Amino acid sequence: MSAEIRPQDVRSILATDCGSTTTKAILIERREDGYRLVVRGEAPTTVEAPFEDVTRGVLNAVREVEELAGRRILDGERIVSPQRGDEGVDLYVSTSSAGGGLQMMVSGLVLQMTGESAQRAALGAGAIVMDVIALNDGRRPHEKIRLLRQLRPDMILLSGGTDGGDVKRVVEMAEILVAADPRARLGAGYDLPVIYAGNRDAADLVTERLAKRTALSVVPNLRPSLERENLRPARDAIHELFMEHVMAHAPGYKTLMTWTDAPIMPTPGAVGIIIEKVAKRDGIAVVGVDIGGATTDVFSVFAGVFNRTVSANLGMSYSVSNVLAEAGIDNILRWVPFEVDEVELRNRIKNKMIRPTTIPQTLEDLVIEQAIAREALRLAFEQHKSLAVGLKGIQSERTISDIMSQTETGSSLVDLLQLGLLVGSGGVLSHAPRRVQAALMMVDAFLPEGVTELAVDSIFMAPQLGVLSTVHEEAATQVFERDCLIRLGAVVAPIGAGKPGQPCVTVGIAAPGQEPVTRAVPAGELVLLPLPREGSVRLTATPERGFDLGAGRGNVIEAEVHGGAVGLIVDARGRRPFGLPEDAARRIALLRRWNAALGLYAREI
Amino acid sequence: MAHAYTPGLRVTEWARLTRERRLPLKGHVLVGQGDALEADTIVARCELPGNVQTVNLAARLSLDPVKVPAALLKPLGTQVAKDEPIADSRSLFGLVRTVATAPAKGTLESVSSVTGQLILREPPIPVEVNAFVRGAVAEVLPDEGVLVETRAAFLQGIFGVGGETFGPIAIVARGPDAALEAADLTAAHRGQVVVAGAYVPYAVLMRARELGVAAVVVGGFDDRDLRQLLGRDLGVAITGSEELGLTLVLTEGFGHIRMAERTWRLLAAHQGEQASVSGATQIRAGVMRPEILIPRAEGAEQRHPGGESGLEVGSPLRIIREPYFGRLGQVIELPPELQVLETEAAVRVVVVEFDDDHARAIIPRANVELIAE
Repeated sequence: MSAEIRPQDVRSILATDCGSTTTKAILIERREDGYRLVVRGEAPTTVEAPFEDVTRGVLNAVREVEELAGRRILDGERIVSPQRGDEGVDLYVSTSSAGGGLQMMVSGLVLQMTGESAQRAALGAGAIVMDVIALNDGRRPHEKIRLLRQLRPDMILLSGGTDGGDVKRVVEMAEILVAADPRARLGAGYDLPVIYAGNRDAADLVTERLAKRTALSVVPNLRPSLERENLRPARDAIHELFMEHVMAHAPGYKTLMTWTDAPIMPTPGAVGIIIEKVAKRDGIAVVGVDIGGATTDVFSVFAGVFNRTVSANLGMSYSVSNVLAEAGIDNILRWVPFEVDEVELRNRIKNKMIRPTTIPQTLEDLVIEQAIAREALRLAFEQHKSLAVGLKGIQSERTISDIMSQTETGSSLVDLLQLGLLVGSGGVLSHAPRRVQAALMMVDAFLPEGVTELAVDSIFMAPQLGVLSTVHEEAATQVFERDCLIRLGAVVAPIGAGKPGQPCVTVGIAAPGQEPVTRAVPAGELVLLPLPREGSVRLTATPERGFDLGAGRGNVIEAEVHGGAVGLIVDARGRRPFGLPEDAARRIALLRRWNAALGLYAREI
Repeated sequence: MAHAYTPGLRVTEWARLTRERRLPLKGHVLVGQGDALEADTIVARCELPGNVQTVNLAARLSLDPVKVPAALLKPLGTQVAKDEPIADSRSLFGLVRTVATAPAKGTLESVSSVTGQLILREPPIPVEVNAFVRGAVAEVLPDEGVLVETRAAFLQGIFGVGGETFGPIAIVARGPDAALEAADLTAAHRGQVVVAGAYVPYAVLMRARELGVAAVVVGGFDDRDLRQLLGRDLGVAITGSEELGLTLVLTEGFGHIRMAERTWRLLAAHQGEQASVSGATQIRAGVMRPEILIPRAEGAEQRHPGGESGLEVGSPLRIIREPYFGRLGQVIELPPELQVLETEAAVRVVVVEFDDDHARAIIPRANVELIAE
């Protein structure tokens, strides 16, 4: 933002997100009713050869914005700022995950204690955690050293010990790091950034060992005591070093950094900011998922606690083959309502991996892609649940009993019955040809329980709006509500299992100005009831004995839910457990019936 | 996208190419500017630091860590043999001596008075880098390696496994649409770069390996067989370091796919000539495709569209997704407006006429690839 422009005077904003495959640019302008999205443009990201300059892709995306908006933003290869007449913009911000994003290794003394805290700090800052090294990780010292050498992270977060606690073991970890002498991923010409956020009593000894060999930053301990976690200083240091060391060495970023009016933020860090704001504003538990080409990020806020995880190798293009490797072919095929030859399916998935930018042309291909997406989302959510056990980033208190439960299951925070809103983004969800397809992919993957609202990020603007909110919250919030979030409706899913056809739940909808609707849905069925696209309705759901919607078995619940583009999905297919028939013919028949009930595709498939 | 580009794989008769041959660590460069190189010429050499072993002397000798440095029997920097005593301690008024020995041959690198740990570094591992391709040294990178310049016919594959190799080209399959059969291979193919047609079954690939074939270049291969070859499901396309006994380069993709006519003709034209082949593929940050270089003295450099030149009417292309996967054709029309597919997605499309039957089809632009020269 040009120094002379005050936030209230900002007329236009350009925001870009440099993704691993595509650079997306959005133009926001202030209209009579506030800030609105005007257009969006995109172009291939140009971090790689032959261009090796991220600004090429940014300029190409901005040129598309210029064409679509019918006005000039660029003067040659420069963004005109501040706006002059109809030319240029007052504010420019950007996020980036190009070149594989921020890849970190973290270390702690005990895997489940400081190791886990360090992991949460790195993930919360938007990093991909390549590995966690700890004294009790089961690897021998020379194996740790080999790993550190091989992985070539962008940055290392070294933690360990509570303040006043063990010094010797912390120093031992630093010595392992010295012996490994790891090199930074981007270029050999600079020292690897290392952040020390462990026992303050060991800081001098760690500095003695690491200061000459690495770009060391010492910040306050991220686990000053067993009961307290203080992640903010480590996260801030990660953001700072990301800009100073990592981005500055990526092709073209030095130039891009001079264009922006706020520091370039890692894409997932920016998405997290927006998700946290929504949860806080509406006072609800929120899960957000962003399924990209290479990675899938899951963000959650339960009981006011924000958590983020990234599944580094679950995605729909570069990593699509890894979804197959991790989920197994049977888990993918269970969502496909027709017979597929295994050899043929494997080849299709690999062909997508080696040519990651292709799109489904046939309906069968789309169905297979959406089946893979269900498994990628399911696996990413499983990983999230196992780590979403954290404390709030800023100096939260945690009782000893909490700590014990953390090491037990690591899933104490994610409570699907409490989940108020599930937001999906990423191409396969945001660009699904029918919105109901996105809704069902999320329902199948996350298996929400009770009553949960569903939404998608219309054109994946969350990263740009997240970074924008750090410099212009009003504009970010207005655009998020009006142009970014597309409400799909809600899902009602009773916990319990019954025989197919047996009574399960009765749902009543009362919308203003409309006749109330009541519908009894038997077990095993999936039903779609219409909701108004705008505004909200009064929902009453009465589960049969043996089924629970959160108020106890057989107890009615009432809720106010937003309408949306899809409607109300009543999912009586069962929870805890949810299962599909093993027999292929029965499974296919069932999938076809459900797909027809929801109008999932243009024709039966 | 207004400025979309559809990068194609290069298949060209003649190109001036430079390949960086760099050591993993600083070392010695063995050749000079302008030197002529064969593929197997060693251009640089270095020694990788040996593996590190940690020895917890404080625990072994029952000593306070602060006393460990004084317990060493030899100064830091000394080379020791496996099982050689390296430190000792005495207890019970000096009557009982405890000795710690070296777990491996190596050098005493450092000792910590905080942790009581000794770091022993095993002997360095020599590493050599060859020229990979016949050519000349274009530039010496002091202590690090060289840039090798070559003039060569050049082909990029879409995916490969296995590292760098070289050998004469042998056209073995009966045509670009034929599968390679075991009977096609003989002992004469040892050390050669075997060109198959559309497909190689796993058993035939294994036969090639048994015979000592250097590399197999083929249109397609089944993922099921790749899994068997690697012993695991390949999750992310980062390859090149596998030790498979041969290098495999796919020119078209996974499945049974006719090798592009142009690729086949180019390889056939150089039958018997030496080719350098790398299977290294990286489809992530820093896209890297497998490649075949056939050094040759003369030729005229051809246009390399790549970049932003994009699709034009008449451009030759390859369809890279179902339902026309692997077919070749040319651009007939580039309608500017979005078109709705069977999936109901509205996308930019291209009208293509296929080379074989001259039928026409509408294909999403994202699903075609330029055949670049």
